[in-house]
Amino acid sequence: MTIRSKFLVAAVATLMAGVAVPAMAVTLRYANQGDLKSLDPYTVNETTTNAHLGHVYEGLTRRGKDLSIQPSLAERWEISEDGLSWRFFLRKGVKFHNGNPFTADDVIFSAERVRAQGSNFQTRVPTNSEWVKVDDYTVDVKLKSPNPILNSQWDTWYILDKEWAEANNAVSPTPAAATTPSYASLNANGTGPFKIESHQPGVKTVFKANKEWWDKAEHNLDEIVFTPIGSDATRVAALLSGEVDVIEPVPLQDIQRVNSSANAKVLSGPELRTIFLGMDQTRDELLFSNVKGKNPFKDKRVREAFYKAIDIETIKSRVMRGMSTPSALMIAPDLFTYSKDFVRPKYDIEGAKKLLADAGYPNGFEIGMDCPNDRYVNDEAICQAVVSMLARAGVKVNLMAQPKAQYFGKVLKSGNYNTSFYLLGWTPGTFDSHNVLHDIEGCRDNPQSSRGESNLGNFCNKKHDELTDKILVESNKEKRDQMIKEAFQITFDEYGYIPLHQQALAWGVSNKVKLSQRADNSVLLYWATKE
Amino acid sequence: MFAFIIRRALQAIGVLFAVGIISFAMFRFAGDPVNQIVSLDTPAAEREQVRRSLGLDDPVPLQFVHYLAKAAQGDFGVSYQFRQPVADLLAERMPATLELALCATLFATGFGVLMGVYSGLKRDSLLAKVFQTVSLVGISLPTFLIGILLIYLFSVTLGWLPSYGRGDTVKIGWWSTGLLTLSGLKALIMPSITLGLFQMTLIMRIVRAEMLEVLRTDYIKFARARGLTTRAIHFGHALKNTLVPVITIVGLQFGSVIAFAIITETVFQWPGMGLLFVQAVQNVDIPIMAAYLMLVALIFVAINLAVDILYTIVDPRLRTSIRQPA
Repeated sequence: MTIRSKFLVAAVATLMAGVAVPAMAVTLRYANQGDLKSLDPYTVNETTTNAHLGHVYEGLTRRGKDLSIQPSLAERWEISEDGLSWRFFLRKGVKFHNGNPFTADDVIFSAERVRAQGSNFQTRVPTNSEWVKVDDYTVDVKLKSPNPILNSQWDTWYILDKEWAEANNAVSPTPAAATTPSYASLNANGTGPFKIESHQPGVKTVFKANKEWWDKAEHNLDEIVFTPIGSDATRVAALLSGEVDVIEPVPLQDIQRVNSSANAKVLSGPELRTIFLGMDQTRDELLFSNVKGKNPFKDKRVREAFYKAIDIETIKSRVMRGMSTPSALMIAPDLFTYSKDFVRPKYDIEGAKKLLADAGYPNGFEIGMDCPNDRYVNDEAICQAVVSMLARAGVKVNLMAQPKAQYFGKVLKSGNYNTSFYLLGWTPGTFDSHNVLHDIEGCRDNPQSSRGESNLGNFCNKKHDELTDKILVESNKEKRDQMIKEAFQITFDEYGYIPLHQQALAWGVSNKVKLSQRADNSVLLYWATKE
Repeated sequence: MFAFIIRRALQAIGVLFAVGIISFAMFRFAGDPVNQIVSLDTPAAEREQVRRSLGLDDPVPLQFVHYLAKAAQGDFGVSYQFRQPVADLLAERMPATLELALCATLFATGFGVLMGVYSGLKRDSLLAKVFQTVSLVGISLPTFLIGILLIYLFSVTLGWLPSYGRGDTVKIGWWSTGLLTLSGLKALIMPSITLGLFQMTLIMRIVRAEMLEVLRTDYIKFARARGLTTRAIHFGHALKNTLVPVITIVGLQFGSVIAFAIITETVFQWPGMGLLFVQAVQNVDIPIMAAYLMLVALIFVAINLAVDILYTIVDPRLRTSIRQPA
């Protein structure tokens, strides 16, 4: 090396050192299996998208780490005696990312937009409710009937800036089936702790911390870089090699490996989603069975036999590798006060055989089962286990496992409930039992009503539905919980469904990162700190 | 020559039309897009609304005609997942795929020819046998497995190379390139090897066989008799004559390299067109699937045409036969 080149190297080194001296910006890299589908917060009601947008947008309320409802853009609220009027007091001094102040006009505008044609969040706000601006920071909501859980889903009903939407031709929500690209689906302007710096759908989204956020930040991040990584092996490899700090989900078979690595661990806990089996109890003859002229599932003894033939502990230990919580109810225990009063009937293969014989099937029968293979954790493997367990009771199950795209097309209402026996998962969007009682356990007999639309096997009990209607308008929590318990007891006693378990959340987190896990599987990085 | 190109262009339109029909017929088995667009608890009435606004309740032939009419005007529709025009999405992803395909082809050709020549000339040496074994591995191991093995070796264990993505990119006009940054180049190494390994073994085997063949010919014997150096014989005469089939293979395979990049792109989360296609299949995003299939068909047709034209330049004998069909 000549003297001159030595000098050059030294100069460059000094220069570089000079540049590198300011504290390095803290960047958290996050990879998810799924993608951030649209930046318009009213397009797709889906957990991953809602969680992403929750960094940028805020609702009138928010939910804490334990899912409790907390004030957010509304500081507090009051409910009138008759339960028909709610008054919301808005937070003052909040600014959108573009500098516009947050006022009552924005709330009223968002309430209109969320109910408009094309929004996937129409149920967030009752269609016939009336929104009145009292002053710039007070809003009244007038209801036609009392609704004790009015604001239970408002944590993901995000408030938009009226001025911004009007200026950018984004007054109407971007429909899921948009045929023209919209400004709001590629740009965002919220009040939240992060701003969107750049968004390349399917490739990368960069969030920058909002230094002017109204609340005290719990995170220490300057930047979040989100990349969707669809391939399981690549996602895990990226975590293990330290290229990303947080991944969701970690496949069950990789949990051990992540935990035994030096730079990351798995954060796990029961998820709110309940995985269950449903049976067609409505047709006079099953679509997929060798029993002709009658429907064996109309006989309670057959349903009970199916329930008792399934060894849930084996599914937990073998199929789920311990990562599941067996369930006796159609709702997660965290979401209902009296869930402990329900205990799963014991696995009893002899009892099951006897029940089948009593019902007139001493030699069992054949039945077709529908199962998704890319929707829930180990969904197809659970179904295979169910097939072999029922075989021991003499029932031959013909399993049809298919990708979710085909599965949902077949079993949902649009496919005319084309199934006899199926596996499904459900999280009540409201985190409240009424949703389960109404959507999953309600009778499907009135085609005008949305009741029971996801009750694919049409388990139906009139007393249960009467209770459900009362629960909707009952404001006294104690009375309400008692009625919910009574309704769940009916489904439980009738063996209307076979609840299996809550699957476990599995997030891969680098040892450098501290993060709180919320049971609804929302990855919320505004609670993350990184060394 | 001109008439030849016109004839080929007409054939190309026929091929594209056929691809369009076949892919449209298959989409019905991909599942119901509406279920992928809305959430599970969406009321049925709202689902119907979505279905109508997408024109999905029209009969399939009618949907196809609508699609063709729009595609002919350069409008490939809007993606169901991203709510962006498909043409923009594909244009945004194309540089990534083309750069990857190009690097993979360069890698395959460079190493393939070198290894082929060496094992042709010294076929009993130890190294030649090693090359043969490597080529066997390259041909028999599936692409995704090679990719994952590379990731575990070089990213997780050694920590030398990134396991996913393109690294930093630089924009030149609308083209985003990873060739000008260090992280972009590092990110290219493993995907290129994964994608090019199969072609490399193919080229190596062809070059080796051709070398053995050519070395036995009379003109090589004559060249030796003239007292030319071994070097001149091997590289000036033998290698040159083995390259004609290699050009054909490299050219024709470039199309399949682009098409097969789907798997490599999925493993390395490479933000190219193949990854876009895989995501589209999972989400029943018909506009992207249709446009991608048409585009790949177009690339194949164009490459075939280019190779045909190149032939006539490389091999003068073909020129006359085109002018005066036999």
